[in-house]
Amino acid sequence: MSDNKYVLEMIGISKEFPGVKALDNVQLKVKPGTVHALMGENGAGKSTLMKCLFGVYIEDAGEIYIEGKKVKFKNPKQAMDNGVAMVHQELNQVLQRNVMDNIWLGRYPGKAGVVNDKEMYEATKKVLEELEIDVDPRVKMAKLSVSQRQMVEIAKAVSYNAKILVLDEPTSSLTEEEVKHLFRIINKLRDRGCGIIYISHKMEEILQISDEVTVMRDGKWVDTKPAKELTTDKIIKLMVGRDLTHRFPPKTNKPGEVILEVKNLTGTYQPSIKNVSFKLRKGEILGIAGLVGSKRTELLETIFGIAHHSEGEILLHGKKVENTNASKAIKNGFALLTEERRATGIFGKLDIKSNAILANINGYSKLGVLDDKKMTKDTQWVIDSMKVKTPSQKTLISTLSGGNQQKVIIGRWLLTEPEILLLDEPTRGIDVGAKYEIYQLIIDLANKGKGIIVVSSEMPELLGICDRIMVMSNGRLAGEGLTEDLTQEDIMAMAAKYI
Amino acid sequence: MNKVKLNKDTVKDFLLNYALYIVLVLMIIFFIIKDPGFLSLKNFTNILSQASTRGIMALGVAGLIVLQGTDLSSGRILGFTAIISSSLLQSTTYASRMYPNLPELPLILPMLIAMAIGAIFGAINGFGVAKLKVHAFIITLGTQLIAYGLSCLYIDRPPLGAQPIANLDEKYTKFVNGSLKLGALEIPYLVFYLAIVSLIIWFVWNKTKLGRNMFAIGGNPEAAAVSGVNVVKNIMIIFIMAGVLYGLAGFLEAARAGSTTTNTGFNYDLDAISACVVGGVSFSGGIGTIPGVLIGAVLLQVINYGLNFVGVNAYWQYIIRGLIIITAVSLDVRKYIAKK
Repeated sequence: MSDNKYVLEMIGISKEFPGVKALDNVQLKVKPGTVHALMGENGAGKSTLMKCLFGVYIEDAGEIYIEGKKVKFKNPKQAMDNGVAMVHQELNQVLQRNVMDNIWLGRYPGKAGVVNDKEMYEATKKVLEELEIDVDPRVKMAKLSVSQRQMVEIAKAVSYNAKILVLDEPTSSLTEEEVKHLFRIINKLRDRGCGIIYISHKMEEILQISDEVTVMRDGKWVDTKPAKELTTDKIIKLMVGRDLTHRFPPKTNKPGEVILEVKNLTGTYQPSIKNVSFKLRKGEILGIAGLVGSKRTELLETIFGIAHHSEGEILLHGKKVENTNASKAIKNGFALLTEERRATGIFGKLDIKSNAILANINGYSKLGVLDDKKMTKDTQWVIDSMKVKTPSQKTLISTLSGGNQQKVIIGRWLLTEPEILLLDEPTRGIDVGAKYEIYQLIIDLANKGKGIIVVSSEMPELLGICDRIMVMSNGRLAGEGLTEDLTQEDIMAMAAKYI
Repeated sequence: MNKVKLNKDTVKDFLLNYALYIVLVLMIIFFIIKDPGFLSLKNFTNILSQASTRGIMALGVAGLIVLQGTDLSSGRILGFTAIISSSLLQSTTYASRMYPNLPELPLILPMLIAMAIGAIFGAINGFGVAKLKVHAFIITLGTQLIAYGLSCLYIDRPPLGAQPIANLDEKYTKFVNGSLKLGALEIPYLVFYLAIVSLIIWFVWNKTKLGRNMFAIGGNPEAAAVSGVNVVKNIMIIFIMAGVLYGLAGFLEAARAGSTTTNTGFNYDLDAISACVVGGVSFSGGIGTIPGVLIGAVLLQVINYGLNFVGVNAYWQYIIRGLIIITAVSLDVRKYIAKK
C-alpha cells in the first residue's frame, strides 16, 4: 500500500464515439482516504470517464490502475469485483422489488443458486443501521420517496466495501438535512481509506466536502488542484476556459399587469401538486425552485393540461380556461417546453423543419393538406430569430448541439404565438455559452410581453434571470419572494419545508 | 362526506381490481344455471386434467412475460414435441406404426427427447431476444412457423402420409391419463404432474438467484446490468426453461389427447398467454406469481369447458375468449399506468 500513492490512476484515457471524441487523453488520480471532486460542464466527459472506469464503456486508449495494479474491465461486474462501486446519476432500481433485493442484486447471498433470505435481511439491516438510514429492508422500492431511494442506492454502493466509490450527482434529490447525512457517510468512508469520486454541479458542496478537484472541459483534462486553493469563480473559470464575468444577460424586462392566475390547483392523482395558487404578470419571469420530487414539473403539466387536476382553476386575463389537454392549452395560448428534451422534446429522426412546425401544424393545413411554402418560411424564421446554427432546414435535429436543439424547440412554441411560456429546465444539458443565449431569448420574450414560468434545479440560474421565485416542497407552495430579496439559503430552507 | 367518498373509491378500486374475476365467476354461475350438471365430479376432473398441460405451458410463458417478453411459439413447440413423443411411443402391436422396427422404449427416453427439443427452441428464442436483441414477439413468430413446418415435414411422409399418430403405448396413456382413486374421488395423475412442476417453478422464481434476477431484469434491465447481473445468460436460461416445460407439456398432451396431428397445440400459445394475463402476470414486466398463473389457467379452462358444455357455438367461443383477453390486459394496464 505504501508505495501506491494512489488508489486509482486513470492515465491517457481516450474514447471515441461515431463522430465525437468524447474523451481525449484524460487523467484522473485519486488518493486513498480522500474525496476527489470531478467537475466540468454537461458534456465535458465526466460520466463517460466514469463509465470507462466502471466497465460500461471500454476505453480506446489509456490505462487504468487500481492500487498500482493494471486493470481493464469488460463489464460492471468485473469493476465491482475489483472494489469499484458507483451510485449512478439516474436511479437504477427495480421498483417492483423490495429494498434488500435491490441492494444485493447481482450478488445475492446463498449457496448453489438458492438465495438465503435471512442472511440477506440481516446484512441489509446491518448496512442500513450503520449508515443510520431508516428504511425497512422488506419494503417495496416503489413505496419509498425519491430521497429514500437515493439513500438506498448509496447504501448499496457502500455495501460493496469498495476501495473506490463513485457518486454521480448524489444530492440532486436530497434535502439539506439529508445532504448533511450523506456527508457524514462520506466522511466515515474517507476515514476508512476509501477513495471517493464525487461528481456534482453544486459548487458549495464541492468546496465543502472535497480534498482535491479535477476539472474537465470538452473531453479533456484541464487541471487537478487541492480544494483549499479553489473558489467557485476559479472552478468556473477552469470549467469554461475563460472568465465568465457575465453569466447572465442584463435584465431589461418590466413586469406589467397580472395575466395568469392559478387558484388552489390540486392534482387528481396524488402524490402531485396540492393547493397551489399564484399569479403571473405580463412580461414577468417567474422562477420555480424545489428539490427533485417537489412536483414542479407536475405543476407545469397540470397548467398545460397533460396532467389532471381535481380542484382549482386557471384564469387567463381573469377568464377561466379549461386546459383539459395539450391541444386546448395551445389554443388558449400556453406553451410547454418539456424537461426531457430527448424524450419529449425533439423528434431525433426528423429534420429541423418537421421539428419546428409541429406544434403549429394546424396553422399550415388547408383541408388537411400542408402548405409547404409557409412551413419553410416559418422554419427559416425560427432559425434566424433563434440564431440556430445549422447548415439547412433539412438537417436532422439530433445532429445539432443541445443548445441549438433547445432553440429549435423554443422556436416551435413561438410559432403557436403563446402568451404564457412554461419552461421546464430550459438549459439542461446545454453548455455555458449557449446558456447565455437561451437566457437572452427568455428575457427578450418577457420584453415582448409574454408571461414566463421557468422551472430550474440550478439556483444561480433562477436568481440570475427571474423577477420572482416560488419554492415548491413536496407538492405544495413553500414560499415565494422577489429575487433580490432571496438567497440560495432561503430557497433551500423553503424547499425542505414540507418534507 | 369524506367517508362516503372514500367508500366509493374503495368500491371502485375493488371493482377495477377484481372485475375480471367477477365476470369469470358470473360466467361459471351462468353455466351452472344453464345446466346444473356442470357441477359434476367428472367435469371437475376433466377440467383439471385439461388445465394441467396448458398450466405447465403457461408456467413457462409466464417467466418470459415477467421478462417483458412473450412467446407465440409455445403452442407449435408443444405440438412438435407431442408429435415426436407419440411417434416414439406407438403401441408395438399397431401395424401402421411410424417406426415399425422401433422397440418398446422406456417412457423417460421420449420424455427427455421432447424436453430437449423444447430446450433447443427455447435457446433459439432466448438467443434472439438476449443476444440479437430481436423483440420476443418477432423471434417467437419465426420459431412458431419453423416448429409448425418441422411438424408437417415429420408427419407427412410416405408410406403413411399425413395421418394422425395414434394407438399409443398403453403404459404411456396410463402414465398420463391414469388417476389416483380416493373413494369416489379420482385425482388425475396430470394434476400431480402440474403440482410438481408448479412447486419446482415456484421455488426457482422465489428462492433462487435465477428467479430474483428474472424479476430484476423484467423490472429494470438497466439496473440489473449495472448491478453486475449477466442479463444475456439469465434471459437465455429462462427461455430454455420455458422450452423444457413446453416439451414436457407436449409429451403429456399427446397421450392426454390420445393422438397427435399437425394441428396439435394450435392456439395453445394464446391460451397460455391469456392464462398468464388473467393470472396477473404483467406485460410491463417484473410482476407475476405462480398461484396467479395457475388460477388463470384453471379459470380459462373452466370457461372453455363450460362454453362447450352448455353448447355455445364454437365461433362464439372464440369471440368470448378474445373479449376475455382484451378485458384482462386493459385492466392490467390500468393498474400500472402512471396517472397524471
